[in-house]
Amino acid sequence: MTALMPVLTSRWANERSWTLEAYQAAGGYQALAKALTMPPEEVLNLVKESGLRGRGGAGFPAGMKWSFLPKPDGGPRYLVVNADESEPGTCKDVPLMMADPHGLIEGAIITSYAIGCHSAFIYLRGEVVHVYRRLLAAVREARQAGLLGESVLGSDFSLELTVHAGAGAYICGEETALLDSLEGRRGQPRLKPPFPAVAGLYARPTVVNNVESIASVPWIVDKGADWWKSFGTETSTGVAIFSLSGHVARPGQYEAPLGITMRQLLDLAGGIRPGHELKFWTPGGSSTPMFTAAQLDVPLDYNSVSAAGSMLGTRALQCFDETTCVVRAVSRWMDFYAHESCGKCTPCREGTFWLRAVMRRIEAGQGKMEDLQILEDIPKSIVGRAFCPLGDGAPSSLVSSLRFFRDEYVQHIELGRCPYDHTASYLFQVVTP
Amino acid sequence: MTAPDQVTCTIDGVEVAVPKGTAIIRAAEEVGIMIPRFCDHPLLQPVAACRQCLVDVASPAGPEGKLRAFPKPQPACAMTVTPGMVVSTQVTSPAAKEAQEQVAELILINHPLDCPVCDKGGECPLQNQAMATGRAASRFTEPKNTFRKPLALTPQILLDRERCVLCQRCTRFAMQIPGDPFIALQMRGANQQIGRFDPATLGFAVPPDELADQSLSDPVTPDGEPFAGYFAGNIIQICPVGALTSAAYRFRARPFDLVSTESVAEHDANGSTIRVDYRRGTVLRRLSGNDPVVNQEWISDKDRFGFRWQTASDRLTTPLLRRGGELVPASWSAALAAAAEALGQAAAVGVLPGGRLTLEDALAYEQFTRRVLKSGNVDFRARPANGEEAAFLAHQVAGTGLGVTFEELVNAPAVLFAGFDPEDEGGILYLRLRAAKTPVRALAPFTSRAIRRLGGTVHQVAPGQEAAFLDKMAQDPATEATAGTVIVVGQRLVHSPGGFSAALAAAKKHDAKLVWIPRRAGERAALEAGLLPGLLPGGRFDQAGSAGLDVNQMIEAAAAGKLDALVLGGLEVSDLPDPELAAKAFGKAKVVALNVRREEVSPYADVVLPVAPPQEKAGTYINWEGRPRPFPQVLKSAGLSDAAVLRALAAKLGFELTLAEPGQGQSALADLADLAEPSVRCPAPKQAPGPAPVLAEDEVLLSTWHQLVDDAAGLADEPRLAASAPAPVVRLAPDTAAGLGLTQGELVSVATSRGRIVLPSVIDPDMLEGVVHLPAKSPGSWVLSSLGAASGAVVKLALAASGTEEGEK
Repeated sequence: MTALMPVLTSRWANERSWTLEAYQAAGGYQALAKALTMPPEEVLNLVKESGLRGRGGAGFPAGMKWSFLPKPDGGPRYLVVNADESEPGTCKDVPLMMADPHGLIEGAIITSYAIGCHSAFIYLRGEVVHVYRRLLAAVREARQAGLLGESVLGSDFSLELTVHAGAGAYICGEETALLDSLEGRRGQPRLKPPFPAVAGLYARPTVVNNVESIASVPWIVDKGADWWKSFGTETSTGVAIFSLSGHVARPGQYEAPLGITMRQLLDLAGGIRPGHELKFWTPGGSSTPMFTAAQLDVPLDYNSVSAAGSMLGTRALQCFDETTCVVRAVSRWMDFYAHESCGKCTPCREGTFWLRAVMRRIEAGQGKMEDLQILEDIPKSIVGRAFCPLGDGAPSSLVSSLRFFRDEYVQHIELGRCPYDHTASYLFQVVTP
Repeated sequence: MTAPDQVTCTIDGVEVAVPKGTAIIRAAEEVGIMIPRFCDHPLLQPVAACRQCLVDVASPAGPEGKLRAFPKPQPACAMTVTPGMVVSTQVTSPAAKEAQEQVAELILINHPLDCPVCDKGGECPLQNQAMATGRAASRFTEPKNTFRKPLALTPQILLDRERCVLCQRCTRFAMQIPGDPFIALQMRGANQQIGRFDPATLGFAVPPDELADQSLSDPVTPDGEPFAGYFAGNIIQICPVGALTSAAYRFRARPFDLVSTESVAEHDANGSTIRVDYRRGTVLRRLSGNDPVVNQEWISDKDRFGFRWQTASDRLTTPLLRRGGELVPASWSAALAAAAEALGQAAAVGVLPGGRLTLEDALAYEQFTRRVLKSGNVDFRARPANGEEAAFLAHQVAGTGLGVTFEELVNAPAVLFAGFDPEDEGGILYLRLRAAKTPVRALAPFTSRAIRRLGGTVHQVAPGQEAAFLDKMAQDPATEATAGTVIVVGQRLVHSPGGFSAALAAAKKHDAKLVWIPRRAGERAALEAGLLPGLLPGGRFDQAGSAGLDVNQMIEAAAAGKLDALVLGGLEVSDLPDPELAAKAFGKAKVVALNVRREEVSPYADVVLPVAPPQEKAGTYINWEGRPRPFPQVLKSAGLSDAAVLRALAAKLGFELTLAEPGQGQSALADLADLAEPSVRCPAPKQAPGPAPVLAEDEVLLSTWHQLVDDAAGLADEPRLAASAPAPVVRLAPDTAAGLGLTQGELVSVATSRGRIVLPSVIDPDMLEGVVHLPAKSPGSWVLSSLGAASGAVVKLALAASGTEEGEK
């Protein structure tokens, strides 16, 4: 198996890769021209056939999602690109949009064509203002070049693409909360059914897809479903971006076929930073259960990671070496979830509040042995009880850390302090004046 | 066997068939299983936020229909039952029970343990749930979330945020039921909270220049806060914890010390079911009853908070007698003797019983007037009225029993309002219409808040010109009215002569239904009792032509010295067609008044006989549907009903009145109708619409009606309620404003030869040009008293220099 397979990332290193000129010079927008010669159903079937699964975390087959839209009734249908990338560790969409915004725009146009949408939206995380500017500029360029607007590439297909910046809420990455936010309401998840495919944005049929999923579409159209399926595994086809971060020698985005292992990726990234060894890692971001060195050979595809007890999620591979206090790491994650809980449902709102308080106490050396029971029980009160999947994912790191590193929690409680020297885990130098 | 629109499912082993679309939680109620809940409310859309109602669900799936269990427990409030579904609640499923206990533990961690001082303690769903399934001791030892408390959402609704479980019942009520979204969720996570737009909470304010862009025609309270609507008090009642409390009730009682009596609200003609809670002889609060056919589970703030008038400090406890020009307390025997003497000596007597009587009291007034006083001069309409209306009521309404009901009205294909605003003059009717999404149209000079929130359309008609519109409708076969349309006529149609005649003709022409909705609780009962000249109980018409004088004629006659004595019930001089003339009339005649309090008419009286307010007597209201609304006596009282006082007075005059048993007025009325000779109905009025008035340069037409909460006598002693009402403004069209050189907010004067009213202006682009609208009886805007004019009158409009004195009452 070829280790690296740059597809979506293949243009990132080109000179001024984000410009329309550079994108077209690298063959950009040819897939769009090709798609416009095909009937829309054919494009949809092509994507269905490719087996492309959603890259936003849940891994739902993209083509199937599109085919859930009811038959056209003359009213509007919408495509919404979920670019609200905000999970700790997840950092693939932002660089993609920075380096290759036209790749996303081309994918959005082709997808819109396939599903019969004339008004598409990119819902972008509000904090990344630089990405916002870049997307706005790219959309402007595309419109001027006749790639968007009344007549796309001279065809009778029209499309308006709107880039919308959110206001900075993790919950708005949940598709129905995203839709509420896009409509100008408070971003909180909606009751399903109805599902977005039936009543999404402005209560109209809507497809919501992740940036990376949509950016994969032009490649599938251009090179064919079989080419796409030649990468990855049977149920997890194609290539995907793996984001390595943390205590690795060369952190960054590694694009490879699905099914590559963490061991192979670590080799590509030069291993754990010199002189250290891997302690734990997350396969799909902070809301997926953590792994240790024991899972280094688990193929990173949807099914294998699930079988190993975690989730492929967004392939946010955060690596932590032996200098890391797992209690401290989990405590930070609990801070995140307590801060980002939208507050709608009791289990997530109150549960994350409680877990944060307990974790902070244990980290500060004020834990009690009874706290461990709380840490065991409260996640059970959240998972499967919360309103949306974000609540279900909130205690994942805690639960898995207790499975692998319960002793460390006990140590904190017994010692009445943290046994670790945090400065040893820093990835930067601490300069004392 | 299952009916076509029924779905059969199994809940805890019990099979139940329920209508399609029923939520699991409702289906479980059908078989007597109570699934705990906080956010669920049967009249609100499900939100599934509290997660307290989680249950195990399995439903048939696949071609063979094998039962497949949902991997995790499902919210029973949001999931609807499907055929063959098998639900296991906390009763039979340990997993569901565990899930509910887990959620209960989490809901309580940030909830204060202040039940001993909380208003809700003792009637609190959260307390009950904690007692039923909670842990004996909390495992939560961290500091709880705290907030500054309480937060005043309105002058009468206080919020203790730390008690709130964020079920969103209040915000959903505000959004979904009245459409007054004055509160919303803000912040997130454990900091999430209910609130109004409050810069102190949100950490930011709207820049002043953006604020100026906001529609200034949205009403504000006298304090400048956005108006929260007339139904906000309902959120206190539906709050499942003690987070929302009533400022008037807070800390004043324990639920288990209260005695609750179901009663009927006295403030409007809907006859809403209420619950009156009292302790040691003092009513402390009123809640909405649960009456699916009338008010469902909602009441207006007027019905909820406006009850202290019955025990106001000026409540009469003894009769009063005029001695040496002063009203002084007197014994019953002295007072009755004086009253009997005054009435006995009078050659001509008139009776104005007012529009707030129970049927029993109205029947007593009828007997007293016609049998004892031998007079036909009786009119319940203590408000602007005309002969056409009397004929209309006698012809169309009296004695017709249950007519158009709430159900029929809200499910009508279209409803047309003439001389009636469905919220200000309809109260809870507005909520019923909004819930049913009834298509409504109104004849009005502008789109009122109610019509706007009902999504209705307005046929722009100048005040007083409704008759012409209806007349055209009656002539025109191609009108918008379809069969089944309901035309609602309000009492304001008296200001458009010919209006009632035209409404009858239009309804006949288009096979539309016609319903009269008065403002006051007692008007329909008084009509049934025959308290109109020429009308006998049960709608029979007095053919003999010995009809008496109506309210206008009585006042004119008394002012001219042609009536020697008047019997007045509970009525306000300021509500009468011409308050100045009425004052003169009451000054001239001998007046016997039956009053609860020292009322507006008391000073004119020679004898004041105290009568019991509604909560101290039993009786029957008849609501606008024609539905009898009997209610029991709430408080023990030495007070006498109007009927009892009239009987005593009749006895002094040598007559014996046969009174209806309190609460049995309906059967007494039926008995009267049985005795009657074949019923003769009053012929329909046939009056042509009057001409449109010609306006001079500085003249405009006056549009006015009563705001639901205003200076009504029944809202006395409720300063908090008054503070929550919209501040009065003069509403006028942009062109009218431009003609004056007026900018929005500037003071404008509306004047007649009698006086003037000065109020801030609101420029409404939607307003008909040449019309101004102001509230009929709000602070600083007592239209009848100050202007001696009513809707449709010609008034003079002028800029008022700022600093001018308030409009005089």
